Amino acid sequence: MNVKQTLDTKGLSCPMPIVKTKKAMDTLDSGDILEVQATDKGAVNDLSAWSKSSGHELLEHKEEDGVFKFWIQKG
Amino acid sequence: MIKPISAKEIAERVVEGKMFVLDVRNESDFNDWKIEGKGIESINRPYFDLLDGVEEVLEHLPKEEVVVVCAKEGSSKMVAEMLAEEGIQDVYYLEGGMKAWSEYLLPVKIGDLKDGGSLYQFNRIGKGCLSYLVESNGEAAIIDSARMTEAYEDFAKENNLEIKHMIDTHLHADHISGGRSLAEKTNATYWLPPKDAEEVTFSYEALEEGKDITIGHTKIEIQPLYTPGHTIGSTSMIVDGQYLLSGDILFVDSIGRPDLAGKAEDWVSDLRDSLYNKYNNLSKDLVVLPAHFGKISELDEKGGVSAKLGDLFEKNSGLNIENEAEFRKAVTENLPPQPNAYQEIRETNMGKINPSNDEQREMEIGPNRCAISE
Repeated sequence: MNVKQTLDTKGLSCPMPIVKTKKAMDTLDSGDILEVQATDKGAVNDLSAWSKSSGHELLEHKEEDGVFKFWIQKG
Repeated sequence: MIKPISAKEIAERVVEGKMFVLDVRNESDFNDWKIEGKGIESINRPYFDLLDGVEEVLEHLPKEEVVVVCAKEGSSKMVAEMLAEEGIQDVYYLEGGMKAWSEYLLPVKIGDLKDGGSLYQFNRIGKGCLSYLVESNGEAAIIDSARMTEAYEDFAKENNLEIKHMIDTHLHADHISGGRSLAEKTNATYWLPPKDAEEVTFSYEALEEGKDITIGHTKIEIQPLYTPGHTIGSTSMIVDGQYLLSGDILFVDSIGRPDLAGKAEDWVSDLRDSLYNKYNNLSKDLVVLPAHFGKISELDEKGGVSAKLGDLFEKNSGLNIENEAEFRKAVTENLPPQPNAYQEIRETNMGKINPSNDEQREMEIGPNRCAISE
């Protein structure tokens, strides 16, 4: 996957992972892929719902050693 | 300036007050489970849709007194601050979020016992779980304890009670029992029906028919009554000849579901026999005290949940299905979704797994869903 930028939100709790993701996304171009790393469990549901409601596409997400990783393509 | 509001204050508003709630969790969480009450009005706008501003939602809010609610607290604080900046007066955020709301226990006195003791219901309003404390002459028994045992410990301390017995009417699937942990802490006896305890990893005292438990020096007997159906071991208790603690067999508005331990078909006839024969043979003057409520409308003006057994035989539709095949259908088909993480919760209650405190809180999120209808 051609990741344009990686955002580390590990250790941050709600709402910061989404606030930071949104800020990072605002600087990207349509089609760019952002990788987000988070440790807040709530981020899983919230990032998928946010991606949908803001027109981005959550391409994939997985958990690795307690870290949630998301790949979101800007819409 | 935004202000915190505690789960305790929310409970007061739910029981007899008014409140406007802006719930900023995502839509599926809100639809699944939210703060409800007679005087509670609520709308849902996920916090992540309000990051650019709250203008859109302002027209749907009152000009003063809004309580912003989220899962843990963080997002509700952020949105509350944005609302306050827009000029709304008295913006509150729920301290500890829905997690705290799910964990709050409201003690309600149900009544006095013949020989001077009394019986209290601890209502976990956010999740719909009901537990009980029977006290007499300085001793106490706690039935169907919630995981958060501080509420009972504080109560016992304030009232100079020694906790002697922790009793579970059955192996719970919707919440983690505090029975075993508080029994260990206070040197109390932990009681569990043996048929629900075949796989447990700890020692316990068998809760069986014929074994009366006496609290205090006065004779307040707790008589166990074997009433399988929700689980194979489900046991009801008659306290002081006045109160029927029905566990998850009979609720005020519904009846227990037989499927949470994976044996719905096998237990249908047990459930029917418990309700239509065993309960039907008891005094109709008994006050039924269940382990759950389903709808917030079941709460009385003090926040308690109870009903006369005779009234339930007239009004509760689950007690009025004459045809056996129809009964089978009602308790096995079109059941509501199962409680969150119910299998892991059962395993925790058997002592097979030992999740951390945070994991336990996470497992218990959402409504109880132990009845056949919501």
